[in-house]
Amino acid sequence: MKEYDIIVVGGGPAGLAAATTAAKCNANILLVDDGLQLGGQLIKQTHKFFGSTEQFAGIRGIDIAHNFIDEISHLSNIEILTQSTATGFFEDGVLTILEGYNGNRLSKVKPRRLIIATGASENMLSFINNDLPGVYGAGAVQTLMNVYGVIPGRAVLMVGAGNIGLIVSYQLLQAGIEVKAIVEALPCIGGYWVHASKIRRLGIPIYTRCTLKEVKGKEEVESVTICNIDDKFNFIPGSERELSVDTICLAVGLSPLAELLWQAGCEMAYIPELCGYVAKRDENMKTSLDHIYIAGDVAGIEEASSAMVEGQIAGLNAAASLGLYHEKYRELNLAFHRQLLQLRHNEVSESITRGIKKATL
Amino acid sequence: MDDNTIICRCEDVTWGEIREQLDKGYTTMDEIKRITRAGMGPCQGKTCQRILLHAIARYLNKKVEEIPLSTFRPPTKPIPLGILAGGQDD
Repeated sequence: MKEYDIIVVGGGPAGLAAATTAAKCNANILLVDDGLQLGGQLIKQTHKFFGSTEQFAGIRGIDIAHNFIDEISHLSNIEILTQSTATGFFEDGVLTILEGYNGNRLSKVKPRRLIIATGASENMLSFINNDLPGVYGAGAVQTLMNVYGVIPGRAVLMVGAGNIGLIVSYQLLQAGIEVKAIVEALPCIGGYWVHASKIRRLGIPIYTRCTLKEVKGKEEVESVTICNIDDKFNFIPGSERELSVDTICLAVGLSPLAELLWQAGCEMAYIPELCGYVAKRDENMKTSLDHIYIAGDVAGIEEASSAMVEGQIAGLNAAASLGLYHEKYRELNLAFHRQLLQLRHNEVSESITRGIKKATL
Repeated sequence: MDDNTIICRCEDVTWGEIREQLDKGYTTMDEIKRITRAGMGPCQGKTCQRILLHAIARYLNKKVEEIPLSTFRPPTKPIPLGILAGGQDD
């Protein structure tokens, strides 16, 4: 059985940052990802990032992924396994990996340290006919359009006015698809005003305190009934409106994908600010188990920018815990923590900061 | 929630079927999973677990964190038995 200093599960922004950082500390690394190519959500992000230059502001997500992939190709101590899913982590420290697109080979590997950067899964909603073809998660719509160049439909209802809902709506419009409306159950728009304004300037209505009630259609989505809701999220009778659409796009939040951490027996906590159950961790992203670190959305739903910095912290410290200290360990660790503080120094991040405080060991 | 609303898409389990079990007193994730198969399909609950958890909490008038989750066991994704049977022998 092959052994590694560090195995990183997940090749999105957090995992890529963790693997490259740990590799620069001379650890030998296996990076496992279930996608066709590395990059996670970055490869569908055709928009430019905000923030400071340290977190790649002004660069498109897909280019950030390419930069990482290019960097990895020059690091001989990182092995890559794509189209591979880490399916189990066992008491004897063995990680099982199902390899190949059709999952036709199960292999066992043993890490001295494990960095879990599995990201998140998209939240689903319960409504009538939610299983009809034409009901998509926003992630799937982005994959179809931005990775494969396939439009999901002709007329869309977007559910959710957070940043993902707003950005994907704009991308749909750019692709020439009609966005009939955006509905948001909360009393106000969750995403940045700059994104919402772009949508409103194009005349697309954003209805708050409103959600979808029912989808109609025989073989596929033909129309949708939207309805206003009260403070307790109950439908207000008589406020129903019907829209003719062939696609429903759900952008109603994400949940941390923490199965491997549960399996491993990490101390877990339900933290609403971080969008679900997360592993408790110290400030260097180490969980309650000394050999397991976390980074990115699996540690709490946030943004790609902070996921990358968490990945750097996890990579740097997982390596250090094996005695593989980066020559500038102290300096780098301080700089990464300072960057995280800066990223979270805004109104939107107040609840995230509160959540992280609760999740800290 | 309408009784015909599908909660688990993989196994086609409706809210009506789940509510029926809740009415009978089966109120844990594990009980409902074993009786209805909700969460036992290809996605292994990644889609329905959260909806089910919130629905149980609402039914019992409890907080989400008061509802115990099912035990997480390997594998995280279904593996054909043939692969396991023909696996490496290390």
